[in-house]
Amino acid sequence: MKIMLVDDSKTMRNIQKAVLAQLGHSDIVEACDGQDALSKVQAAKPDLLLVDWNMPNMDGLSFVKAFRQTNKATPIIMVTTEAEKGRVIEAIKAGVNNYVVKPFTPDLLSQRIQETLAKKAASAA
Amino acid sequence: MDPNYIKPFITSIQNVFSTMLQLPVSIGEPTIKSGQQPFDVSGIIGMSGDVTGSVVLSFPRDCAERVVALFCGQQVAFETSDFNDAIGELVNMVSGNAKALFPAGRKVSISCPSVVVGAKHSVARQSDVPCIQIPCGTDCGDFVIEIAIKSKPAADPAAATHAAASVKA
Repeated sequence: MKIMLVDDSKTMRNIQKAVLAQLGHSDIVEACDGQDALSKVQAAKPDLLLVDWNMPNMDGLSFVKAFRQTNKATPIIMVTTEAEKGRVIEAIKAGVNNYVVKPFTPDLLSQRIQETLAKKAASAA
Repeated sequence: MDPNYIKPFITSIQNVFSTMLQLPVSIGEPTIKSGQQPFDVSGIIGMSGDVTGSVVLSFPRDCAERVVALFCGQQVAFETSDFNDAIGELVNMVSGNAKALFPAGRKVSISCPSVVVGAKHSVARQSDVPCIQIPCGTDCGDFVIEIAIKSKPAADPAAATHAAASVKA
């Protein structure tokens, strides 16, 4: 399984990679903003994306909207400091499947990843 | 400054540091900043929308190095891009969480973080906005959060109704 991490903070990508490694996922593609992610996502064909909201060049919400124009199926988890209810609704409407507010514990991120992948597997069955 | 815009930062900084670093933060007495207190590392976030201004986390070098090591799970060399990235992400999380705790209905956006590194630097701000400085104590050392923000008047129908009722009475 390939997972794409889209976050302008290398520190945050490293924290997410450590959580994914604990879950047995090591095939990771990294992007530092929405533009970078758009340029990589077609070739990378990830099975799951973790996307930050506030990033330079192209923010996460714009990336999700652009990505969803051609890909409705690949699950996206937004991992962001944007915690207001209105923001969460906006993200879900744009096509986000799950939502994690920073700061998060490794257990919470693991749980969200597992439940998102389980839903994907159930819908594919 | 309305305490409803200051308390969220206290809650947020304790939440971020306890969750991501397992580091309890004790909060000192907030004061209006006067004069310049020099620091070695500062992470800066701008706010725009219904609340405008800046939020700055400022550290002495020793404290910043310990905090970043806890956050990253390893020592990170001072004055590297990775070190600056970690400081930026901390102020990003503190500011993002705080704005979610602002009074309901306030629409606020935060900028991408900037990080200033330099011995004994200080950060200048808009002179017309008072800066609230909150001392923070940890086992890694002491640092401060400086909040210089102002809120636009809220279009609050409930408050307007209450005010109207008060006038009638």
